[in-house]
Amino acid sequence: MPHDHHDHVSPSGHPYRADDDTPLSYWQTMEIAVRELLVEKDITTAEEINTQIDAMDARSPAIGAALVARAWCDPEFKTQLLADASAASREMGFDIGPMHLIALENTADTHNIVVCTLCSCYPRNLLGLPPDWYKSRAYRSRTVKEPRKVLSEFGVNLPNSMPIRVHDSTADMRYFVIPMRPDGTEDLSQDALAALVTRDSMIGTGIATAPIT
Amino acid sequence: MGTQALVNDPFAVGTSVRIRPFMPPGHVRAPVYLRGKTGTIERAIAPFKNPEQLAYGLPAKEHMLYRVRFRAGDVWDKDAENPDDMIEAEIYAHWIEKMDQSHAA
Repeated sequence: MPHDHHDHVSPSGHPYRADDDTPLSYWQTMEIAVRELLVEKDITTAEEINTQIDAMDARSPAIGAALVARAWCDPEFKTQLLADASAASREMGFDIGPMHLIALENTADTHNIVVCTLCSCYPRNLLGLPPDWYKSRAYRSRTVKEPRKVLSEFGVNLPNSMPIRVHDSTADMRYFVIPMRPDGTEDLSQDALAALVTRDSMIGTGIATAPIT
Repeated sequence: MGTQALVNDPFAVGTSVRIRPFMPPGHVRAPVYLRGKTGTIERAIAPFKNPEQLAYGLPAKEHMLYRVRFRAGDVWDKDAENPDDMIEAEIYAHWIEKMDQSHAA
């Protein structure tokens, strides 16, 4: 086959991903060595490691969405969530592990957005694995300096009169945003409301979606 | 988490503070872009073991962890998109110094 640009697109229209033929990095080798030693010395087992990976993969933004929807419907719960988000999550039956969680409320006067400039801290136990862009150097470095420009690239254009609070997740706390409840949702059930709460709206790079009318 | 650090807690909410401008090597959780910048204490969280020691497997002392709020204009000067936007970050007590009243805003 000729090596023209058609080679890079599969019949389904998606680009082929290049084979992962690079040698292991120092830290990849270290991770494999430590993992194999832990198994060899009966400190853990391959099954336990895989169970933990499955548990982490099973977490999704649905957990956070359920918290937000309840906070929209139950002012007392919202107060609890803002005072101690870890305790409020556990009270609702979510196993968030040892995570220290802070909830941030978007209002007509403030928009919150979360970033981790130092690495890629993310409330994984609440929202599942972070999106790739959250870990990118561009998002991490630009969000603290030009949050308005970053938000506009996500399609969120805020008036200059609306103050932004950027939360840099620098140490032991993890953050999520309670987005504003969309208009016209007064009659929706808590489950229907949860469906409007996107992952990005809980990072602060999006807003809750409007209901389909 | 002990409460000893809380007893000696010198930083009440709203206190004007400056982040120490040191540039030590190693695993440090005070971001460089905030070092030397002034802000206010947004809330005291709890004492946590110092990650600068934990990262090297050393016995780690507990330090109070604060959330400090900065004005974008104080961090980025003229480059701020909107000087009244806010940046908030978690900073350990040993990185924070109280502003002299004469310098406080």
